[in-house]
Amino acid sequence: MLKPETATIDALKAFVSAVKISDFREQVRAVVPANQIYDVLQFLNHERGFDLLVDITCVDYLRYRDATDRFGLIYILTNTVTNEQLIVRTFLNEPDLIVPSVTPLWEGANWLEREVWDMFGIRFEGHPDHRRILLPEEFAAFPLRKDYPLQGRGERHNFPVITRDNA
Amino acid sequence: MAIEIPENVVVSKLDSLASWCRKNSLWPMPFATACCGIELMATGASKHDIARFGAEVFRFSPRQCDLMIVAGRVVMKMLPVLQRIWQQMNEPKWCISMGACASTGGVFDTYSVVQGIDRFIPVDLYLPGCPPRPEQLIQGIIDLQDKIQREGTLSGAEFRIESRQQPKRALVELPGLPQIDSARNPVVWSSEIKSS
Amino acid sequence: MPQAQVETRDVLHDEPQDYLWTLNFGPQHPATHTTLRLVLKLDGERVIDALPDIGYLHSGFEKIGEHLNYNQYVTVTDRMNYISPMTNNVAWHGAVEKLLGLELTPRCKYIRIIVSELSRISDHLLCNGAAGLDTGAFTYFLYAFYQREVIYDIFETLCGARFTNSYTRVGGLMYDMTPLVIEKIRTFCRNFPKTLHDMERLLDRNKIFVDRTKGVGVLTKQEAINRSCTGPIARASGVSRDLRKDDPHLPYGDFDFRACCATAGDCYARYLVRMQEMWESLKIVQQAVENLPSGPVNVGIDQRTAFPDKRWVYSTIEGTISHFELQMSNRGFEVPHEEIYYAIEAPNGELGFYIAGDGTETAYRARCRPPSYIHFAVFPHLIRGHTLSDIVAVLGSLNIIAAELDR
Repeated sequence: MLKPETATIDALKAFVSAVKISDFREQVRAVVPANQIYDVLQFLNHERGFDLLVDITCVDYLRYRDATDRFGLIYILTNTVTNEQLIVRTFLNEPDLIVPSVTPLWEGANWLEREVWDMFGIRFEGHPDHRRILLPEEFAAFPLRKDYPLQGRGERHNFPVITRDNA
Repeated sequence: MAIEIPENVVVSKLDSLASWCRKNSLWPMPFATACCGIELMATGASKHDIARFGAEVFRFSPRQCDLMIVAGRVVMKMLPVLQRIWQQMNEPKWCISMGACASTGGVFDTYSVVQGIDRFIPVDLYLPGCPPRPEQLIQGIIDLQDKIQREGTLSGAEFRIESRQQPKRALVELPGLPQIDSARNPVVWSSEIKSS
Repeated sequence: MPQAQVETRDVLHDEPQDYLWTLNFGPQHPATHTTLRLVLKLDGERVIDALPDIGYLHSGFEKIGEHLNYNQYVTVTDRMNYISPMTNNVAWHGAVEKLLGLELTPRCKYIRIIVSELSRISDHLLCNGAAGLDTGAFTYFLYAFYQREVIYDIFETLCGARFTNSYTRVGGLMYDMTPLVIEKIRTFCRNFPKTLHDMERLLDRNKIFVDRTKGVGVLTKQEAINRSCTGPIARASGVSRDLRKDDPHLPYGDFDFRACCATAGDCYARYLVRMQEMWESLKIVQQAVENLPSGPVNVGIDQRTAFPDKRWVYSTIEGTISHFELQMSNRGFEVPHEEIYYAIEAPNGELGFYIAGDGTETAYRARCRPPSYIHFAVFPHLIRGHTLSDIVAVLGSLNIIAAELDR
């Protein structure tokens, strides 16, 4: 993907003054405050033509060097017509881990947001089907957070044993 | 006086005869979850043909099979399904745990992969490999056929011996993690996290 | 989870009946390619709604990525889309090399293209083969599977494993291509067109197959973009986006090939797009094998990322120091404290990795953007209004690999 044109970046800066643009290995990242994330994404979708939502993901910065916030929510957008790609980031902290859902803008965000809820525990307000997707419904933790151990807390072996005589 | 046995009469034990019939027509129930499932399919395809050993009919209904091949990792959401399918199969039945993930959890020592299905299901044969080659699977089926011939009985008495009634290893957890028992543990499972 | 105790009772004959019935499809079913579950609401044969239930193969891949180093994690990426594992390896190490800012040698780039295209052929053979098998064409499936065995033979000669190869390393590859491998690839390229012609003649104009797949599961262009579909599924709906043309990280521009698109957006279009992509991949492999540049396959020892050749290790001090710096557990290469996203055109769609580096040899966050996951979300939309037998055709055309779906 190409870097976004300067017109796009200038329009974004004009729309949201608090945005911080950075550049690394030919990829442009824009950091947006959490209360403006839906407006920014709507602006990028409707006005600037970023019609393909590539991914929504999250990073838990609990043990990261020089981290100021706990969770970083990342939206990767692509413009299929001009082939630009932009990564939009917002930072969230406990206890208000809630952002508006972008399912009205892109239908593909439905399952992507469900997975972020499942793995990290970030709520998406207005999501049509807000429940766990990959783990069982009764699972009581958010595994991809840094304070959850890799081997789990015993959930994986909590099942009845079947032997030959009761099989 | 010696008894003259005509040429068209075979004398054998009924157990051996039953085992011979059963071992040469093992119908597999492929419980293929992941990559080992592809090697299972490749074993059933034309180059390494599993039909030569009687295991041609890959019926996907547990009521019609007698050999369950668990190929691939089994995660905690899938384990009750595995147990239910095992219970639906009719006696005599055997289980092959194919690959490293089904035998011990494999590469995936994580919060959701069961570290070996023999903790919860009685397993008769383990196949190492990630994934095991088709030749390894065929060798495993041959070894299972030898095992059936060696200890098979007509009435299935070999399944009721004491050593087959225990899970193959104790439910030992890693140090530092809570000890669990097989009953439903409310601390581990809860419904408070549900939203909506 | 325990088996639920349900209340059963006798239903009175004059009680109003719910005419919609619920059918549970999977997770153990021959037509769901491994562990998917669909809860279908049916009105007779017509599907009113389909609720996918996934997670029956969720193994915590992304959590493992935070505990294994970059060269170890490639073994885990193999197990994601296990039908075309080489593409996953190329994607993962491409992402790591982008994060490090490494430039690969020309030979390494060409070899990565060759193995990616061979695994693309392998993936499309299995996808179309399984689609044929599910709709009743068993011979087609066996033809496809035999060619996959030939590709497995090539990979085994190259790196020792049939699939789950873990062939790439940071800054290069595990082994270089030997002349025997190149001979085998040339033999494959000579013999594969005949099989592909046979397969086309079997199904392209087969009335049963065409009737089962034409007009079934239509995805329009707008919907494909809105639902984040990429790869052959989007291209069959008219979205002419192919990352090999639009954003090539490897030198695909050196080769003459076309990105295959269709406009109908139904299962038949997806089947045709995949068949045509196999022809194009074959062309790329032929051109790459003939023009393979010579030279080393790993980056040089001054980059301090790939293990140096053993002759250098034993004969020069630079080689010994490089080996030592990489091998010892308290050393290793420096990764910047940054995050990148890198995507390639996998056979299934856009396979991307979002890596956050934290200075050590282990990723801080390794996120895989799985095309199968996003395409399975489209499935309920595609199947509404069709019949029960169309479910198999649509599922086969979407190429859902459960391990990539659940990770």
